[in-house]
Amino acid sequence: MNQAQINLTAYLTLSRREVHRFLRIWPQTIMPSAVTMTLYFLVFGKFVGARIGLMDGVSYVDFIAPGLIMMAVITNAYTNTAFGFFIGKFQGNIEELLVAPIPSWVILLGYTTSGVLRGIVVGLVVIGVAMIFGGFSVAHFWLMLVVIFLSSLLFSLAGLFNGVFAKNFDDISIVPTFLLTPLTYLGGVFYSINLLSPFWKKLSLFNPVLYMVNAFRYGIVGISDISLWLAMTILIGMTVLLTVGNIYILDRGIGFRA
Amino acid sequence: MKALEINNLKKTYANGVQALNGISFSVEEGAFFALLGPNGAGKSTTIGIVSTLVNKTAGQIKIFDHDMSDDLLLAKRNIGLVPQEFNFSTFDKVIDVVCNQAGYYGVPRKVAKVRAEYYLKKLGLWEKRNHQTVALSGGLKRRLMIVRALIHEPKLLILDEPTAGVDIELRRTMWDFLQEINQKGTTVILTTHYLEEAESLCENITIIDQGNIVVNTDKKSLLRQLNTETFILDLDVSMTVAPILEKYSCTLIDEHSLAVNVKREQSLNQLFAELGQQGITITSLRNKSNRLEEMFLDLTQNSKKEQ
Repeated sequence: MNQAQINLTAYLTLSRREVHRFLRIWPQTIMPSAVTMTLYFLVFGKFVGARIGLMDGVSYVDFIAPGLIMMAVITNAYTNTAFGFFIGKFQGNIEELLVAPIPSWVILLGYTTSGVLRGIVVGLVVIGVAMIFGGFSVAHFWLMLVVIFLSSLLFSLAGLFNGVFAKNFDDISIVPTFLLTPLTYLGGVFYSINLLSPFWKKLSLFNPVLYMVNAFRYGIVGISDISLWLAMTILIGMTVLLTVGNIYILDRGIGFRA
Repeated sequence: MKALEINNLKKTYANGVQALNGISFSVEEGAFFALLGPNGAGKSTTIGIVSTLVNKTAGQIKIFDHDMSDDLLLAKRNIGLVPQEFNFSTFDKVIDVVCNQAGYYGVPRKVAKVRAEYYLKKLGLWEKRNHQTVALSGGLKRRLMIVRALIHEPKLLILDEPTAGVDIELRRTMWDFLQEINQKGTTVILTTHYLEEAESLCENITIIDQGNIVVNTDKKSLLRQLNTETFILDLDVSMTVAPILEKYSCTLIDEHSLAVNVKREQSLNQLFAELGQQGITITSLRNKSNRLEEMFLDLTQNSKKEQ
Protein backbone atom coordinates (compact mmCIF):
# COMPACT_ATOMS: atom_id res chain seq x y z
CA MET A 1 0.00 0.00 0.00
CA ASN A 2 1.47 3.35 -0.97
CA GLN A 3 1.35 6.51 1.10
CA ALA A 4 -1.23 8.19 -1.16
CA GLN A 5 -3.68 5.30 -0.56
CA ILE A 6 -3.09 5.48 3.19
CA ASN A 7 -3.65 9.26 3.16
CA LEU A 8 -6.89 8.93 1.19
CA THR A 9 -8.33 6.17 3.38
CA ALA A 10 -7.29 8.01 6.56
CA TYR A 11 -8.82 11.26 5.28
CA LEU A 12 -12.12 9.56 4.41
CA THR A 13 -12.19 7.79 7.77
CA LEU A 14 -11.52 10.93 9.80
CA SER A 15 -13.95 13.16 7.92
CA ARG A 16 -16.61 10.40 8.04
CA ARG A 17 -16.13 10.05 11.80
CA GLU A 18 -16.40 13.80 12.38
CA VAL A 19 -19.43 14.20 10.11
CA HIS A 20 -21.06 11.27 11.85
CA ARG A 21 -20.34 12.96 15.20
CA PHE A 22 -22.18 16.18 14.36
CA LEU A 23 -25.06 14.38 12.62
CA ARG A 24 -25.50 12.01 15.57
CA ILE A 25 -26.12 14.96 17.88
CA TRP A 26 -28.16 17.02 15.40
CA PRO A 27 -30.47 18.49 18.07
CA GLN A 28 -27.34 20.15 19.51
CA THR A 29 -25.58 20.98 16.25
CA ILE A 30 -28.16 21.67 13.54
CA MET A 31 -31.38 22.60 15.32
CA PRO A 32 -30.23 25.53 17.50
CA SER A 33 -29.26 27.60 14.45
CA ALA A 34 -32.59 26.82 12.76
CA VAL A 35 -34.53 27.93 15.85
CA THR A 36 -32.42 31.06 16.48
CA MET A 37 -32.52 32.17 12.87
CA THR A 38 -36.27 31.61 12.65
CA LEU A 39 -36.62 34.00 15.60
CA TYR A 40 -34.30 36.54 13.97
CA PHE A 41 -36.30 36.42 10.75
CA LEU A 42 -39.56 36.67 12.65
CA VAL A 43 -38.57 39.53 14.98
CA PHE A 44 -36.17 41.56 12.83
CA GLY A 45 -37.37 40.55 9.39
CA LYS A 46 -41.13 40.62 9.90
CA PHE A 47 -42.06 42.56 13.06
CA VAL A 48 -39.36 45.25 13.04
CA GLY A 49 -38.38 45.00 9.38
CA ALA A 50 -41.87 45.90 8.20
CA ARG A 51 -41.45 49.33 9.82
CA ILE A 52 -37.87 49.86 8.57
CA GLY A 53 -38.73 49.69 4.89
CA LEU A 54 -36.04 49.33 2.26
CA MET A 55 -32.33 48.98 3.03
CA ASP A 56 -29.97 49.67 0.08
CA GLY A 57 -32.94 49.23 -2.21
CA VAL A 58 -34.15 45.82 -0.93
CA SER A 59 -36.64 44.82 1.76
CA TYR A 60 -35.16 44.53 5.24
CA VAL A 61 -35.82 40.82 5.48
CA ASP A 62 -33.97 40.27 2.18
CA PHE A 63 -31.16 42.52 3.41
CA ILE A 64 -30.56 40.63 6.65
CA ALA A 65 -31.06 37.13 5.19
CA PRO A 66 -27.47 36.75 3.82
CA GLY A 67 -25.96 37.99 7.09
CA LEU A 68 -28.07 35.63 9.17
CA ILE A 69 -27.17 32.68 6.94
CA MET A 70 -23.49 33.62 7.14
CA MET A 71 -23.73 34.03 10.92
CA ALA A 72 -25.01 30.48 11.25
CA VAL A 73 -22.45 29.13 8.80
CA ILE A 74 -19.36 30.61 10.44
CA THR A 75 -20.46 29.87 14.01
CA ASN A 76 -21.14 26.22 13.19
CA ALA A 77 -18.01 25.71 11.10
CA TYR A 78 -15.91 27.21 13.89
CA THR A 79 -17.54 25.30 16.74
CA ASN A 80 -17.37 21.98 14.88
CA THR A 81 -13.59 21.88 14.51
CA ALA A 82 -12.81 23.64 17.80
CA PHE A 83 -14.97 21.19 19.75
CA GLY A 84 -14.06 18.17 17.62
CA PHE A 85 -10.33 18.60 18.11
CA PHE A 86 -10.57 19.61 21.76
CA ILE A 87 -12.81 16.67 22.70
CA GLY A 88 -10.21 14.42 21.05
CA LYS A 89 -7.54 15.95 23.29
CA PHE A 90 -9.81 15.78 26.33
CA GLN A 91 -10.67 12.09 25.87
CA GLY A 92 -7.21 11.22 24.60
CA ASN A 93 -8.41 9.75 21.30
CA ILE A 94 -6.49 12.38 19.35
CA GLU A 95 -3.61 9.95 19.98
CA GLU A 96 -5.26 7.53 17.54
CA LEU A 97 -4.39 10.01 14.81
CA LEU A 98 -1.02 11.07 16.16
CA VAL A 99 0.39 7.53 16.16
CA ALA A 100 -0.96 6.78 12.66
CA PRO A 101 1.29 7.02 9.58
CA ILE A 102 -0.37 10.12 8.16
CA PRO A 103 0.95 13.64 7.62
CA SER A 104 -0.50 16.63 9.48
CA TRP A 105 -2.28 17.96 6.41
CA VAL A 106 -4.49 14.85 6.29
CA ILE A 107 -5.60 15.51 9.87
CA LEU A 108 -6.22 19.15 8.99
CA LEU A 109 -8.19 18.20 5.89
CA GLY A 110 -10.29 15.62 7.76
CA TYR A 111 -11.36 18.04 10.50
CA THR A 112 -11.96 20.99 8.17
CA THR A 113 -14.03 18.88 5.76
CA SER A 114 -16.40 18.11 8.60
CA GLY A 115 -16.44 21.78 9.67
CA VAL A 116 -17.17 22.93 6.13
CA LEU A 117 -19.95 20.35 5.72
CA ARG A 118 -21.58 21.34 9.01
CA GLY A 119 -21.37 25.01 7.97
CA ILE A 120 -23.00 24.21 4.64
CA VAL A 121 -25.67 21.91 6.11
CA VAL A 122 -26.66 24.56 8.66
CA GLY A 123 -26.46 27.20 5.91
CA LEU A 124 -28.94 25.20 3.82
CA VAL A 125 -31.29 24.86 6.79
CA VAL A 126 -31.20 28.62 7.37
CA ILE A 127 -31.71 29.25 3.63
CA GLY A 128 -34.84 27.11 4.00
CA VAL A 129 -35.99 29.33 6.87
CA ALA A 130 -35.19 32.45 4.80
CA MET A 131 -37.30 31.11 1.93
CA ILE A 132 -40.27 30.80 4.25
CA PHE A 133 -39.95 34.42 5.36
CA GLY A 134 -38.63 36.26 2.35
CA GLY A 135 -39.01 34.45 -0.94
CA PHE A 136 -35.31 33.71 -1.23
CA SER A 137 -33.73 34.42 -4.66
CA VAL A 138 -30.11 34.23 -5.82
CA ALA A 139 -28.40 36.93 -7.91
CA HIS A 140 -25.04 35.19 -8.44
CA PHE A 141 -25.37 31.48 -7.71
CA TRP A 142 -21.73 30.40 -8.14
CA LEU A 143 -20.42 33.34 -6.17
CA MET A 144 -22.81 32.45 -3.36
CA LEU A 145 -21.46 28.87 -3.34
CA VAL A 146 -17.83 30.00 -3.40
CA VAL A 147 -18.36 32.45 -0.54
CA ILE A 148 -20.26 29.99 1.64
CA PHE A 149 -17.55 27.38 1.01
CA LEU A 150 -14.64 29.73 1.68
CA SER A 151 -16.25 31.19 4.79
CA SER A 152 -16.92 27.71 6.20
CA LEU A 153 -13.36 26.72 5.40
CA LEU A 154 -11.86 29.83 6.96
CA PHE A 155 -13.80 29.43 10.20
CA SER A 156 -13.19 25.68 10.33
CA LEU A 157 -9.49 26.44 10.19
CA ALA A 158 -9.86 29.13 12.86
CA GLY A 159 -11.81 26.70 15.06
CA LEU A 160 -9.14 24.03 14.69
CA PHE A 161 -6.48 26.56 15.69
CA ASN A 162 -8.52 27.29 18.80
CA GLY A 163 -9.08 23.59 19.53
CA VAL A 164 -5.37 22.82 19.32
CA PHE A 165 -4.48 25.44 21.93
CA ALA A 166 -7.53 24.97 24.18
CA LYS A 167 -6.75 23.48 27.57
CA ASN A 168 -10.30 23.33 28.92
CA PHE A 169 -13.91 23.78 27.80
CA ASP A 170 -13.81 27.50 28.68
CA ASP A 171 -11.06 28.03 26.13
CA ILE A 172 -13.28 26.84 23.28
CA SER A 173 -16.23 29.00 24.28
CA ILE A 174 -14.27 32.22 24.95
CA VAL A 175 -13.51 32.96 21.29
CA PRO A 176 -17.05 32.34 19.96
CA THR A 177 -18.62 34.30 22.82
CA PHE A 178 -16.28 37.25 23.18
CA LEU A 179 -14.86 37.60 19.68
CA LEU A 180 -16.91 35.82 17.06
CA THR A 181 -20.36 36.98 18.21
CA PRO A 182 -19.42 40.71 18.50
CA LEU A 183 -17.63 40.58 15.13
CA THR A 184 -20.67 38.99 13.53
CA TYR A 185 -23.18 41.43 15.02
CA LEU A 186 -20.95 44.37 14.04
CA GLY A 187 -20.19 42.89 10.62
CA GLY A 188 -23.04 44.48 8.75
CA VAL A 189 -25.54 41.67 9.23
CA PHE A 190 -28.36 43.97 10.32
CA TYR A 191 -27.34 47.27 8.70
CA SER A 192 -25.42 48.80 5.85
CA ILE A 193 -22.16 50.37 6.99
CA ASN A 194 -23.03 53.34 4.77
CA LEU A 195 -25.48 54.31 7.53
CA LEU A 196 -22.65 54.63 10.06
CA SER A 197 -20.64 57.71 10.99
CA PRO A 198 -17.17 57.91 9.31
CA PHE A 199 -15.44 56.70 12.49
CA TRP A 200 -17.59 53.58 12.90
CA LYS A 201 -17.54 52.94 9.18
CA LYS A 202 -13.72 53.03 9.15
CA LEU A 203 -13.58 50.82 12.25
CA SER A 204 -15.96 48.32 10.63
CA LEU A 205 -13.51 47.86 7.75
CA PHE A 206 -11.14 46.07 10.17
CA ASN A 207 -13.80 43.43 10.81
CA PRO A 208 -13.19 40.37 8.58
CA VAL A 209 -16.79 39.18 8.98
CA LEU A 210 -17.95 42.34 7.18
CA TYR A 211 -16.25 41.18 3.99
CA MET A 212 -17.81 37.73 4.13
CA VAL A 213 -21.29 39.04 4.84
CA ASN A 214 -21.06 41.57 2.02
CA ALA A 215 -19.61 39.13 -0.49
CA PHE A 216 -22.37 36.68 0.38
CA ARG A 217 -25.01 39.42 0.19
CA TYR A 218 -23.71 40.31 -3.27
CA GLY A 219 -24.10 36.67 -4.27
CA ILE A 220 -27.71 36.55 -3.07
CA VAL A 221 -29.27 40.00 -3.52
CA GLY A 222 -26.62 41.63 -5.73
CA ILE A 223 -25.64 44.50 -3.37
CA SER A 224 -22.51 45.07 -1.31
CA ASP A 225 -21.06 47.88 0.82
CA ILE A 226 -17.52 47.01 -0.19
CA SER A 227 -15.52 45.89 -3.22
CA LEU A 228 -16.16 42.24 -4.07
CA TRP A 229 -12.53 41.73 -5.11
CA LEU A 230 -11.26 43.13 -1.82
CA ALA A 231 -13.65 40.82 0.05
CA MET A 232 -12.49 37.76 -1.90
CA THR A 233 -8.82 38.70 -1.50
CA ILE A 234 -9.21 39.01 2.27
CA LEU A 235 -11.17 35.76 2.47
CA ILE A 236 -8.63 33.79 0.45
CA GLY A 237 -5.64 35.47 2.14
CA MET A 238 -6.87 34.61 5.63
CA THR A 239 -7.67 31.04 4.57
CA VAL A 240 -4.13 30.53 3.26
CA LEU A 241 -2.65 32.10 6.41
CA LEU A 242 -4.66 29.86 8.73
CA THR A 243 -3.90 26.75 6.66
CA VAL A 244 -0.16 27.38 6.93
CA GLY A 245 -0.48 28.23 10.64
CA ASN A 246 -2.43 25.06 11.39
CA ILE A 247 -0.01 22.80 9.51
CA TYR A 248 2.86 24.43 11.42
CA ILE A 249 1.33 23.76 14.85
CA LEU A 250 0.13 20.27 13.94
CA ASP A 251 3.56 19.31 12.57
CA ARG A 252 5.26 20.42 15.75
CA GLY A 253 2.60 19.08 18.06
CA ILE A 254 2.25 22.47 19.75
CA GLY A 255 -0.51 22.23 22.33
CA PHE A 256 -0.85 18.43 22.37
CA ARG A 257 2.58 16.71 22.27
CA ALA A 258 4.83 16.72 25.35
CA MET B 1 16.83 -7.52 11.71
CA LYS B 2 16.23 -5.21 14.65
CA ALA B 3 12.61 -4.32 15.26
CA LEU B 4 13.65 -1.33 17.34
CA GLU B 5 16.97 0.42 17.77
CA ILE B 6 17.34 3.30 20.20
CA ASN B 7 20.60 5.23 20.34
CA ASN B 8 21.48 7.87 22.92
CA LEU B 9 17.86 8.91 23.43
CA LYS B 10 17.45 11.97 25.64
CA LYS B 11 14.37 13.74 26.89
CA THR B 12 14.16 16.86 28.99
CA TYR B 13 10.64 18.16 29.61
CA ALA B 14 9.75 21.86 29.47
CA ASN B 15 9.72 22.00 33.30
CA GLY B 16 13.38 20.91 33.33
CA VAL B 17 12.78 17.28 34.37
CA GLN B 18 15.34 15.06 32.68
CA ALA B 19 13.39 11.89 31.93
CA LEU B 20 15.97 10.10 29.76
CA ASN B 21 19.72 10.57 29.99
CA GLY B 22 20.85 9.12 26.68
CA ILE B 23 19.58 5.53 26.74
CA SER B 24 20.47 2.96 24.08
CA PHE B 25 19.04 -0.51 23.52
CA SER B 26 17.66 -2.64 20.74
CA VAL B 27 14.95 -5.26 20.28
CA GLU B 28 15.35 -8.13 17.84
CA GLU B 29 12.57 -8.92 15.39
CA GLY B 30 10.26 -11.58 16.83
CA ALA B 31 11.33 -11.00 20.43
CA PHE B 32 9.08 -10.73 23.47
CA PHE B 33 10.78 -7.90 25.25
CA ALA B 34 10.18 -6.37 28.68
CA LEU B 35 10.95 -2.77 29.53
CA LEU B 36 10.83 -2.55 33.29
CA GLY B 37 11.43 0.13 35.86
CA PRO B 38 9.87 1.81 38.88
CA ASN B 39 7.36 4.65 38.54
CA GLY B 40 8.92 7.70 36.91
CA ALA B 41 11.87 5.68 35.56
CA GLY B 42 11.31 6.80 31.96
CA LYS B 43 9.48 3.79 30.48
CA SER B 44 6.40 5.65 29.32
CA THR B 45 8.52 8.53 28.04
CA THR B 46 10.51 6.07 25.94
CA ILE B 47 7.33 4.50 24.56
CA GLY B 48 5.83 7.95 24.03
CA ILE B 49 8.82 9.00 21.94
CA VAL B 50 8.84 5.77 19.90
CA SER B 51 5.14 6.17 19.16
CA THR B 52 5.65 9.93 18.43
CA LEU B 53 3.32 11.11 21.19
CA VAL B 54 6.27 12.77 22.92
CA ASN B 55 8.94 14.84 21.18
CA LYS B 56 12.50 13.71 21.85
CA THR B 57 15.27 16.10 22.90
CA ALA B 58 18.05 14.13 21.17
CA GLY B 59 18.90 10.68 19.90
CA GLN B 60 18.07 8.28 17.11
CA ILE B 61 15.27 5.73 16.78
CA LYS B 62 14.93 3.14 14.04
CA ILE B 63 11.93 0.88 13.47
CA PHE B 64 12.76 -2.07 11.20
CA ASP B 65 15.65 -0.01 9.80
CA HIS B 66 13.49 3.06 9.12
CA ASP B 67 15.00 6.07 10.86
CA MET B 68 12.16 7.98 12.48
CA SER B 69 13.82 11.29 11.64
CA ASP B 70 13.92 10.53 7.89
CA ASP B 71 11.22 7.88 7.26
CA LEU B 72 8.72 8.74 9.95
CA LEU B 73 5.58 7.55 8.15
CA LEU B 74 7.18 4.29 6.97
CA ALA B 75 8.40 3.63 10.51
CA LYS B 76 4.98 4.36 12.03
CA ARG B 77 3.21 1.87 9.74
CA ASN B 78 4.97 -0.93 11.65
CA ILE B 79 3.92 0.07 15.15
CA GLY B 80 0.81 -0.80 17.13
CA LEU B 81 0.45 0.95 20.47
CA VAL B 82 -1.54 -0.04 23.55
CA PRO B 83 -1.20 2.99 25.81
CA GLN B 84 -1.44 2.96 29.57
CA GLU B 85 -4.56 5.14 29.82
CA PHE B 86 -7.87 4.46 28.07
CA ASN B 87 -7.91 6.86 25.15
CA PHE B 88 -10.84 6.17 22.88
CA SER B 89 -13.92 8.26 22.32
CA THR B 90 -16.40 7.28 25.00
CA PHE B 91 -19.34 7.99 22.67
CA ASP B 92 -18.16 5.79 19.79
CA LYS B 93 -19.23 2.17 19.36
CA VAL B 94 -16.64 -0.58 19.85
CA ILE B 95 -16.74 -1.55 16.16
CA ASP B 96 -16.27 2.08 15.08
CA VAL B 97 -13.26 2.59 17.36
CA VAL B 98 -11.59 -0.43 15.79
CA CYS B 99 -12.53 0.23 12.15
CA ASN B 100 -11.63 3.93 12.37
CA GLN B 101 -8.19 3.07 13.69
CA ALA B 102 -7.75 0.69 10.77
CA GLY B 103 -8.71 3.52 8.43
CA TYR B 104 -6.05 5.82 9.87
CA TYR B 105 -3.51 3.18 8.82
CA GLY B 106 -4.97 2.96 5.33
CA VAL B 107 -6.87 -0.31 5.81
CA PRO B 108 -10.04 -0.20 3.65
CA ARG B 109 -13.34 -0.40 5.55
CA LYS B 110 -14.26 -3.83 4.13
CA VAL B 111 -10.98 -5.39 5.19
CA ALA B 112 -11.16 -3.62 8.55
CA LYS B 113 -14.58 -5.15 9.27
CA VAL B 114 -13.33 -8.68 8.58
CA ARG B 115 -10.29 -8.17 10.78
CA ALA B 116 -12.37 -6.49 13.48
CA GLU B 117 -14.67 -9.53 13.63
CA TYR B 118 -11.67 -11.86 14.00
CA TYR B 119 -9.93 -9.89 16.76
CA LEU B 120 -13.10 -8.91 18.63
CA LYS B 121 -14.19 -12.56 18.70
CA LYS B 122 -10.71 -13.63 19.72
CA LEU B 123 -10.75 -11.31 22.74
CA GLY B 124 -14.41 -11.86 23.65
CA LEU B 125 -15.69 -8.45 22.54
CA TRP B 126 -17.79 -9.37 19.52
CA GLU B 127 -21.06 -9.38 21.45
CA LYS B 128 -20.30 -5.84 22.59
CA ARG B 129 -19.42 -4.50 19.14
CA ASN B 130 -22.42 -2.16 18.98
CA HIS B 131 -22.05 -0.90 22.54
CA GLN B 132 -20.60 2.52 23.26
CA THR B 133 -17.16 2.22 24.79
CA VAL B 134 -18.31 4.11 27.88
CA ALA B 135 -20.49 1.09 28.75
CA LEU B 136 -17.56 -1.37 28.82
CA SER B 137 -15.96 -2.65 32.01
CA GLY B 138 -12.30 -1.91 32.72
CA GLY B 139 -11.22 -5.35 31.54
CA LEU B 140 -13.15 -5.07 28.28
CA LYS B 141 -11.66 -1.64 27.66
CA ARG B 142 -8.16 -3.10 28.08
CA ARG B 143 -8.99 -5.78 25.52
CA LEU B 144 -10.42 -3.20 23.15
CA MET B 145 -7.14 -1.28 23.33
CA ILE B 146 -5.30 -4.43 22.23
CA VAL B 147 -7.71 -5.09 19.34
CA ARG B 148 -7.36 -1.47 18.22
CA ALA B 149 -3.57 -1.71 18.27
CA LEU B 150 -3.61 -4.93 16.22
CA ILE B 151 -6.19 -4.01 13.60
CA HIS B 152 -3.59 -2.83 11.07
CA GLU B 153 -1.50 -5.95 11.84
CA PRO B 154 1.68 -4.20 12.98
CA LYS B 155 5.05 -5.95 13.04
CA LEU B 156 5.86 -4.33 16.38
CA LEU B 157 3.31 -4.22 19.20
CA ILE B 158 4.09 -1.95 22.15
CA LEU B 159 2.05 -2.43 25.31
CA ASP B 160 2.36 0.05 28.15
CA GLU B 161 1.13 -1.76 31.27
CA PRO B 162 -1.67 -3.59 29.44
CA THR B 163 -2.83 -5.65 32.40
CA ALA B 164 -2.93 -2.87 35.03
CA GLY B 165 -6.07 -3.32 37.11
CA VAL B 166 -7.10 -6.49 35.29
CA ASP B 167 -8.19 -9.57 37.26
CA ILE B 168 -5.94 -12.62 37.18
CA GLU B 169 -8.19 -14.71 34.90
CA LEU B 170 -8.35 -12.02 32.25
CA ARG B 171 -4.64 -11.31 32.67
CA ARG B 172 -3.84 -14.92 31.88
CA THR B 173 -6.14 -14.85 28.84
CA MET B 174 -4.30 -11.78 27.62
CA TRP B 175 -0.92 -13.42 28.23
CA ASP B 176 -1.97 -16.43 26.14
CA PHE B 177 -3.13 -14.16 23.36
CA LEU B 178 0.06 -12.09 23.40
CA GLN B 179 2.16 -15.25 23.31
CA GLU B 180 0.12 -16.49 20.37
CA ILE B 181 0.65 -13.35 18.30
CA ASN B 182 4.32 -13.32 19.24
CA GLN B 183 4.67 -16.90 18.03
CA LYS B 184 3.09 -15.81 14.75
CA GLY B 185 5.92 -13.32 14.31
CA THR B 186 4.87 -10.06 15.92
CA THR B 187 7.59 -8.45 18.02
CA VAL B 188 6.18 -7.48 21.41
CA ILE B 189 7.51 -4.83 23.79
CA LEU B 190 5.86 -4.85 27.17
CA THR B 191 6.14 -2.56 30.16
CA THR B 192 4.58 -3.86 33.32
CA HIS B 193 4.61 -3.57 37.08
CA TYR B 194 3.79 -7.26 37.41
CA LEU B 195 7.23 -8.80 37.31
CA GLU B 196 5.67 -12.26 37.29
CA GLU B 197 4.22 -11.23 33.92
CA ALA B 198 7.60 -10.19 32.55
CA GLU B 199 9.26 -13.36 33.90
CA SER B 200 6.73 -15.69 32.36
CA LEU B 201 6.36 -13.92 28.99
CA CYS B 202 9.60 -12.19 28.05
CA GLU B 203 12.96 -13.56 26.96
CA ASN B 204 14.73 -10.21 26.94
CA ILE B 205 14.63 -7.64 29.68
CA THR B 206 15.76 -4.06 29.98
CA ILE B 207 15.48 -2.32 33.31
CA ILE B 208 15.44 1.45 33.29
CA ASP B 209 15.74 3.64 36.35
CA GLN B 210 15.93 7.41 36.68
CA GLY B 211 16.39 7.79 32.94
CA ASN B 212 19.30 5.33 32.68
CA ILE B 213 19.52 1.71 31.54
CA VAL B 214 20.41 -0.41 34.56
CA VAL B 215 20.22 -3.80 32.86
CA ASN B 216 19.83 -4.90 29.27
CA THR B 217 20.12 -8.65 28.86
CA ASP B 218 18.23 -11.89 28.35
CA LYS B 219 16.13 -13.23 31.20
CA LYS B 220 18.27 -16.31 31.92
CA SER B 221 21.48 -14.29 32.27
CA LEU B 222 19.68 -11.83 34.48
CA LEU B 223 18.29 -14.47 36.81
CA ARG B 224 21.72 -16.11 37.04
CA GLN B 225 22.89 -12.90 38.70
CA LEU B 226 20.45 -13.49 41.53
CA ASN B 227 22.62 -14.48 44.54
CA THR B 228 20.05 -15.27 47.16
CA GLU B 229 16.47 -16.44 47.00
CA THR B 230 14.10 -16.41 49.92
CA PHE B 231 11.76 -19.38 50.30
CA ILE B 232 8.72 -19.64 52.53
CA LEU B 233 8.36 -23.09 54.06
CA ASP B 234 5.06 -24.24 55.57
CA LEU B 235 5.63 -26.52 58.55
CA ASP B 236 3.53 -29.41 59.88
CA VAL B 237 4.24 -28.45 63.51
CA SER B 238 3.88 -25.16 65.29
CA MET B 239 7.07 -23.40 66.46
CA THR B 240 7.67 -20.47 68.78
CA VAL B 241 11.30 -19.80 67.85
CA ALA B 242 13.13 -20.24 64.56
CA PRO B 243 15.37 -23.33 64.38
CA ILE B 244 19.12 -22.80 64.28
CA LEU B 245 20.46 -24.05 60.96
CA GLU B 246 24.14 -24.52 60.28
CA LYS B 247 24.34 -23.20 56.73
CA TYR B 248 21.15 -21.13 56.27
CA SER B 249 19.74 -18.01 57.87
CA CYS B 250 16.06 -18.21 58.67
CA THR B 251 13.30 -16.30 60.45
CA LEU B 252 9.96 -17.39 61.78
CA ILE B 253 7.08 -15.61 60.02
CA ASP B 254 4.36 -17.18 62.13
CA GLU B 255 4.13 -20.41 64.10
CA HIS B 256 3.65 -22.50 60.93
CA SER B 257 5.86 -20.61 58.41
CA LEU B 258 9.55 -20.16 58.09
CA ALA B 259 11.47 -17.81 55.72
CA VAL B 260 14.84 -19.25 54.66
CA ASN B 261 17.52 -17.52 52.58
CA VAL B 262 19.17 -19.88 50.10
CA LYS B 263 22.35 -18.76 48.33
CA ARG B 264 22.98 -19.66 44.70
CA GLU B 265 25.67 -22.24 45.58
CA GLN B 266 23.47 -23.92 48.20
CA SER B 267 20.94 -26.66 47.47
CA LEU B 268 17.43 -27.23 48.72
CA ASN B 269 18.26 -30.92 49.39
CA GLN B 270 20.80 -29.83 51.95
CA LEU B 271 18.24 -27.53 53.57
CA PHE B 272 15.63 -30.31 53.77
CA ALA B 273 18.23 -32.64 55.23
CA GLU B 274 19.13 -30.15 58.01
CA LEU B 275 15.45 -29.54 58.81
CA GLY B 276 14.79 -33.30 58.76
CA GLN B 277 17.56 -33.88 61.27
CA GLN B 278 15.74 -31.49 63.64
CA GLY B 279 12.47 -33.38 63.12
CA ILE B 280 10.84 -30.59 61.11
CA THR B 281 8.63 -31.69 58.20
CA ILE B 282 7.92 -29.32 55.31
CA THR B 283 4.41 -29.49 53.85
CA SER B 284 4.87 -26.91 51.09
CA LEU B 285 7.34 -24.45 49.66
CA ARG B 286 7.14 -21.19 47.65
CA ASN B 287 9.24 -18.17 46.68
CA LYS B 288 8.82 -15.20 49.00
CA SER B 289 8.65 -12.97 45.95
CA ASN B 290 9.11 -13.72 42.32
CA ARG B 291 12.76 -14.08 41.29
CA LEU B 292 12.72 -11.22 38.87
CA GLU B 293 11.18 -9.03 41.52
CA GLU B 294 14.09 -9.67 43.86
CA MET B 295 16.54 -8.93 41.06
CA PHE B 296 14.62 -5.80 40.11
CA LEU B 297 14.67 -4.46 43.66
CA ASP B 298 18.39 -5.21 43.98
CA LEU B 299 19.23 -3.42 40.76
CA THR B 300 17.04 -0.37 41.21
CA GLN B 301 18.16 0.07 44.84
CA ASN B 302 21.81 -0.21 43.80
CA SER B 303 21.22 2.37 41.11
CA LYS B 304 19.83 4.79 43.72
CA LYS B 305 22.78 4.16 46.07
CA GLU B 306 25.26 4.92 43.29
CA GLN B 307 23.62 8.28 42.82
